[in-house]
Amino acid sequence: MYTFSNRLRIGAIILMALGIVGMTIGFISAPGSVEEAKAIVAAHDDGHGGSHGEEHAVAGHETHDEASAEEHAAHDEHVYHQLANRPWAALYVAAFFFFMISLGVLAFYGIQRASQAGWSPLLFRVMEGITAYLVPGGIIVFVLLVLSVLHFNHLFPWMDPEVVAEDKIIQNKAGYLNPTFFLIRAAIYLGGWIAYREISRRLSIAQDKADDDSNFKKNFRWSAGFLVFYLVTESMMSWDWIMSVDPHWFSTLFGWYVFASMVVSGVTVIAMVAIYLKSKGYLPDVNDSHIHDLGKFMFGFSIFWTYLWFGQFMLIWYANIPEEVTYFVQRIEEYKLPFFGMVAMNFVFPLLVLMNSDYKRINWFVIMTGIVVLLGHYLDVFNMIMPSAVGDKWFIGLPELGALSFFSGAFIFWVFRALTKAPLQVTRNPYIEESRQFHY
Amino acid sequence: MASHYEAPIRKPLVLGDKGYHDVSVDIAAPVEGKANKHWWIVFSISLAALLWGIGAIVYTISTGIGTWGLNKTVNWAWDITNFVWWVGIGHAGTLISAVLLLFRQKWRMAINRSAEAMTIFSVIQAGLFPIIHMGRPWLAYWVVPIPNQFGSLWVNFNSPLLWDVFAISTYLSVSLVFWWTGLLPDFGMIRDRAVKPFQKKIYSLVSFGWTGRAKDWQRFEEVSLVLAGLATPLVLSVHTIVSFDFATSVIPGWHTTIFPPYFVAGAIFSGFAMVQTLLIIMRKVCNLEAYITVQHIELMNIVIMITGSIVGCAYITELFIAWYSGVEYEQYAFLNRATGPYWWAYLLMMSCNVVSPQIMWFKKIRTSIMVSFIISIVVNVGMWFERFVIIVSSLHRDYLPSSWTMFSPTFVDIGIFIGTIGFFFVLFLLYARTFPVIAQAEVKSILKSSGERYKSLRAAGKPMYKIRKDGVVRETIMDSEGTLSNTDK
Repeated sequence: MYTFSNRLRIGAIILMALGIVGMTIGFISAPGSVEEAKAIVAAHDDGHGGSHGEEHAVAGHETHDEASAEEHAAHDEHVYHQLANRPWAALYVAAFFFFMISLGVLAFYGIQRASQAGWSPLLFRVMEGITAYLVPGGIIVFVLLVLSVLHFNHLFPWMDPEVVAEDKIIQNKAGYLNPTFFLIRAAIYLGGWIAYREISRRLSIAQDKADDDSNFKKNFRWSAGFLVFYLVTESMMSWDWIMSVDPHWFSTLFGWYVFASMVVSGVTVIAMVAIYLKSKGYLPDVNDSHIHDLGKFMFGFSIFWTYLWFGQFMLIWYANIPEEVTYFVQRIEEYKLPFFGMVAMNFVFPLLVLMNSDYKRINWFVIMTGIVVLLGHYLDVFNMIMPSAVGDKWFIGLPELGALSFFSGAFIFWVFRALTKAPLQVTRNPYIEESRQFHY
Repeated sequence: MASHYEAPIRKPLVLGDKGYHDVSVDIAAPVEGKANKHWWIVFSISLAALLWGIGAIVYTISTGIGTWGLNKTVNWAWDITNFVWWVGIGHAGTLISAVLLLFRQKWRMAINRSAEAMTIFSVIQAGLFPIIHMGRPWLAYWVVPIPNQFGSLWVNFNSPLLWDVFAISTYLSVSLVFWWTGLLPDFGMIRDRAVKPFQKKIYSLVSFGWTGRAKDWQRFEEVSLVLAGLATPLVLSVHTIVSFDFATSVIPGWHTTIFPPYFVAGAIFSGFAMVQTLLIIMRKVCNLEAYITVQHIELMNIVIMITGSIVGCAYITELFIAWYSGVEYEQYAFLNRATGPYWWAYLLMMSCNVVSPQIMWFKKIRTSIMVSFIISIVVNVGMWFERFVIIVSSLHRDYLPSSWTMFSPTFVDIGIFIGTIGFFFVLFLLYARTFPVIAQAEVKSILKSSGERYKSLRAAGKPMYKIRKDGVVRETIMDSEGTLSNTDK
């Protein structure tokens, strides 16, 4: 049995506490009215005047240009929304990112069970521990969605009746993009994923004490069923929770692109948690071949992610159809560094570092790559949400770091707490002996 | 590689009481024997189809592309449909030999050789279309960036059609090298068994002096892994580039970002269906039921079912986004597919590709050889119509209603397609008589972990070998009643 070390627990709590402080400052300093927003913009331009790097200089510049235009009030309203959105968007990005990790692990776990993999049963309990975060993480994301529906923030423009009233395009989508149906769908996705997680976990523990393989077989069937459900709901979730923040934009690939980001982050976290637990002596049977396999999946899915990223980007860039291309125009103009930086972190770095077979067996190499990959995929979610939420008013400051810190603390706390609930090695899985003897 | 221990729950991959020698004999039998009457009949039919196809091609090139059913609006139809269809079929071969190798799927070993042969033969068919659909195919070499006397007039690297040239030619060459490397130990085996000097000479030439030393094997494995690692992104990128032919355009119904992975999924889907069709026949006529078992057929059906579901998910995504986009051209493109003049093609594609593989969820059905055979053909019909629907239904009605039209093929379009099917089977039938159709070296490597004989020995707790007092080593074998004994084999 694993015991949650005090140092890790305290570390997680400190992360959460720091996170709450950061996020609170973020919410307090966000403007409550259009006037406050104007004051902030004015103060920002006076006080910092370009010392914040290029993006901010450009941002300030544009503000002046546009301010001189006729639509004075509309512009101020827009800037107010952007500034008011920032702490919410920071919160939403981090909440979704950590939720997405545990969902990615769940998908990977389902695949491992359905494909009857012989190498991974030793890691099943690690994966089950990570997917335990689905419940709190899912509830937080759901609460954030409810708060958006209740107009606490302006993350989803289509939820604002005033915006919809003037926007023919959004009106035409109202059959799908309406708050009630949106929340019902979210409840169905979350309910389905969490239900599979709980059922599979229960069967997995029951199998340890059983004297036949019936629980194992049931788990196999549930996993196959879950994967079908996941294939459909994951795509829809990505349209709902991410694509609809830009209600004018659409891309058929989007669901699978989000999937790739999700699963690569998930596999990375499995590897990192497994290496941590092994370093503490809790997973004696996990050897460097298991880490090597996880490293290969990190490598492979990183390339797969890049393939989908490039497929989506290149096709839209190439055809250059105005209604689609704005999505990338805005990102390249206003988010140049995060947009291309993410490609370096999610593709170039793992490609070079994890190419060598020996390196994939070295724990610190995998951990180091893992950190870069995770930060890269945080940036990926950041790039998907922020441009529509805050536009050129983005910055990675207290609200963003606070949210990241809070959710990483919560994630660590919940996952490692869940790991104490059951033995770290499944015992009566028919493939456990294959997994124990696994050498590559 | 993975250790020799295998969970008892896994079913045997080589059935019956097979030792190493039996594997060699069974696999060499079709090569060493003589073709029977049926082979000659099927071969003659294929050859006739090929000759007919050559006639159609010669007629096209000498008379002009106007002999086809194309018109000014629908300027791609059967040519590119067949091209994409053949490329798609080819993908399963690389998938089985490369992706399943990376995923350490031992069951691939009985099917990879034939799947790769299928890849190469179908890529050859595919490769014909980009040439013959040209108006001036004798200038085809202009697509290659070679220095020339036109002041070094160069190609434009922005066209996906040029990327196709690179993709297909790279794909064919890498697949060929990958296939041939795998063949070396098997050709070596046939060479060593050959009794006729002519055969011995030929197989000595093609086996490149393979002697099977430890160092050779070590490098062989390394090369296989590296090639598998290269072939996997290649296989994804090749069909992705093929999909770019459509997706980079601005035609409603073509311009969609899901095409790259969805074409790849469709390629795996149709390719596995083709492997299924071929292997169900091959296991019967070549007496390879012990190697290509019902479990293999079941697993291929599962792959067909999964990729069929992914393709189905992509169809639904396209339909949803067409509605969601609010772009009326896009919405009309899909309305036209479902209710326009080609509704029957759309219905065929939907029912063959999305509905039919779903019956594989039932174990009874996916382990039935007859049903698998029928579904595998249904899938390939469906996938042909998928390409046809994408190409023709998007072209014949797009932005300007004044250019709306229809398409119907001529006998030349159909003749060329039939010709490629004939050519494919000519090559495949010749292959089946001269090549070891199962990678014996690989099957031998899993015999002791996954062969039925050895699995039952392990289950019975018996040793696999016994050393007699005189020092002779005896393999343990199983008699017809399933009793195990240490005797000569």
